[in-house]
Formats: sequence, structure tokens, C-alpha cells
Amino acid sequence: MLGVDMEPKIEANAVMPSLPSIRAKEEDQQNNRPVSYRMSTRSAQIRLVSSHPEVYEPCDDSFALVDALLADRNNLLEHRPTFCIELGCGSGYVITSLAIMLGQEGAGVSYFATDINPHAVRVTRETLEAHGVHAEVILTDIVSGLERRLVGMGDVIVVNPPYVPTPEDEVGRDGIASAWAGGENGRSVIDRILPIADKLLSERGWLYMLTLAANNPSQICRMMREKGYASRIIVQRSTEEESLHVIKFWRDTEIQVGTKEQITENRTPSEVMESLLSQIPRLAFWRSGSRDS
Amino acid sequence: MRLLTHNMLSSNIKGVMNGFPLRLEVEKSVSKEVEFNSDFLRNMFPKIEWKALVDAARSMGYAELPEEAPESSMLESEEFLMKFHHALLELHLEEGALICPETGRRFPVNKGIPNMLLHEDEV
Repeated sequence: MLGVDMEPKIEANAVMPSLPSIRAKEEDQQNNRPVSYRMSTRSAQIRLVSSHPEVYEPCDDSFALVDALLADRNNLLEHRPTFCIELGCGSGYVITSLAIMLGQEGAGVSYFATDINPHAVRVTRETLEAHGVHAEVILTDIVSGLERRLVGMGDVIVVNPPYVPTPEDEVGRDGIASAWAGGENGRSVIDRILPIADKLLSERGWLYMLTLAANNPSQICRMMREKGYASRIIVQRSTEEESLHVIKFWRDTEIQVGTKEQITENRTPSEVMESLLSQIPRLAFWRSGSRDS
Repeated sequence: MRLLTHNMLSSNIKGVMNGFPLRLEVEKSVSKEVEFNSDFLRNMFPKIEWKALVDAARSMGYAELPEEAPESSMLESEEFLMKFHHALLELHLEEGALICPETGRRFPVNKGIPNMLLHEDEV
């Protein structure tokens, strides 16, 4: 997807020529989506997803993210997350799919979905209701208002950010453009989200984020590594216009120990050793199988 | 909006020091049945600000929760857990507002969705 230079005229279900990978719902249903989307009850069904002209409809990127979650479903179930959070829920397709996949309060899981677009939060609520699942939906900028109390509580965070490279002044505009406008290299909003996700993620938290090749995913992974996260690309999908990556991030104790060492130059060798030794029980715990494989 | 969510929300206005908890203004509330899971509730309990939950529940018309934060032994009591479950997960504020305790600013709640978007001068 290239940057949009003009204000696109938006009609419900219209095909927008400057954003080729957004296709009409009907075309998708007939042609391009795999069988699993037509028949699956393990994720949201397109026919039940609500829509609005100012809300981003599920597309290749949404499907890639849900595919990644489905592929990781067994790990997620074993992981037994308590709080799952979606940042930027749009139509509600992803959070609904996640809730279907992992179960609700009966299974011990609670969901939060946020979006900055007032139409999106209403559409998300409708989509959730149509599928008989529940998530708490909040209209806000990323997690503003929640961040103080939700620190360290996010066991699963999913985000399909506005990743399209656009002029900076298109970032943060009202309406549907907030779904894609990502500024320089499409990184404006991503770079705001990452430190927030870092605060929200629990010790064992997993972050799933969708990016384009244009966002420089390896640099994102390096940045996250400095914060103590390991990462892996779990789904990669190339369309004619773009190359999508779904990256999974998780805290890696070994990386964290390494990071701590870098900032302990002023400590005596015995202090450093003591710090390392205190990490060993956690390392053993990580090695024994709770680490993501 | 559940009271679990209310317990996780604070006023995000710039400069506000005591933005938690938000006071509830209830225009329409509803009770929705939610499947009971005692492990989930025991997991949740340490994360909850108890007084905020009690006060919020009361403003929704539910006064069954003990005022004092229960001891952990209470977490074995099914009777207690069911009250906790009801207050935390089943009471919904559909229409109303959340009020910043410091500034009085109203954050509207419509169709169960709180609007925490700030105006330019509040950021």
C-alpha cells in the first residue's frame, strides 16, 4: 500500500483504488479467503462482522493476524491468559476471533478492546454481540485512562496498527484514516504503541503485532530486544502490494539479564554475581517448558 | 461497562494527581449473566481496588459486598465469590458517566462504552 495523497471518498463496501488490498466484502467471500474463513467457528465470521463507512473492514492484514493467533492457539490455551487486550479494534474482527478461540470468563479470560474512532467502538460492540461473545470496549487513544491500572496485567496484547507510510500530517486524523495513516515509514503510531505495550505486558505477556516490510520489522525487533523481548515472525504474507509480518514478542529472561548487565558497569563483581544468581531460579523455570517454543 | 473495567480506569487528564477512582453517574444499568469461574475470581482479587469496587457497586444499587477488603480466607467462600462475581462482572453501566474526582470532568458512557478521549487542552 502506498501513501495516500488525496482524501479518499469512502462509501460502504467501495473499492478504494489507492489502497488496493482493501477489497469489497463480496469479492473476498467468493475468491480470496481460505476455506477456514467461510466455515470456521474458531474465528469471527465475516457475515456477522458489523460495518460502517468510517471503520476499517477486515482485510488481508486482519486475516493474517487472526491466522497467526489460530496457529498459536494451543500455546495460547496452555498459556492461560487472564487479560487479553486489543489496541485498535476497528470492526472487532480480531478481538471477536480471539474471544471465540480462547473462551470467556468461564475459561478464565477477560477481554479489553480499545479504539480512537467512535464508530469503530460501536461497530466492535455490534460484532461481538453478533457472535455472542463479550469484550469490554473503551473509546480512547491507545489505552489512555487504563494504563495506570493495567500496568503489567496484559497477558496477551494484539495490535494491527496504522502502518501505512503516509505524510506525517495524515496521522491522527479523525475517521477511517486513523486506521492506516502511519506517518514516516508507517512507524509514527507503532513507535508510540511499543513502549505502552511494554508497560502493559505482564512478565509472561505475549504481544502480537502486524507490520509491513516498509516498517522495518527487524529494526522493531532490535528495539524490543533492548527492552528485553525475544521475537519471532509467525506469519508472513506477501500480496501484490505489500509484505505483511505478524511478529510475536515475549519477555526473555536471558535477554533481560544481559540488558541488566550492560547497565551495571558501576557495580562490584560480587554485586553483579549476586544479581545473576538471583535470576537463576527464574531461568530454570523458563527453560523447563514455559518458554515459547 | 463492567465494574472490572471501572476498577481499571482513571482520569487521564494532564496534571491530575488523584484520578482514581472515577465516580459513577448511573442513568441506565443492567445485569448480564456471566459464567462463574472461581479461579478467575481468585486471580482477579489481588488486582482489584476493593473500596472502589464496593462504592461503584453501591452506586449501581448493589450493596452486598463487605465494606472491608476481605481476608484471603474469604476467597474460599462460595457465597462471597458469587457476590464478588456479580459485582465485578455482571453489573453493567450502559448509559451514564464517569466523573474525574479531581476536576469533575465527565467521561460519558454510551451503550456500555466509556469515552476517555481527551480534548486538546486536557492532553
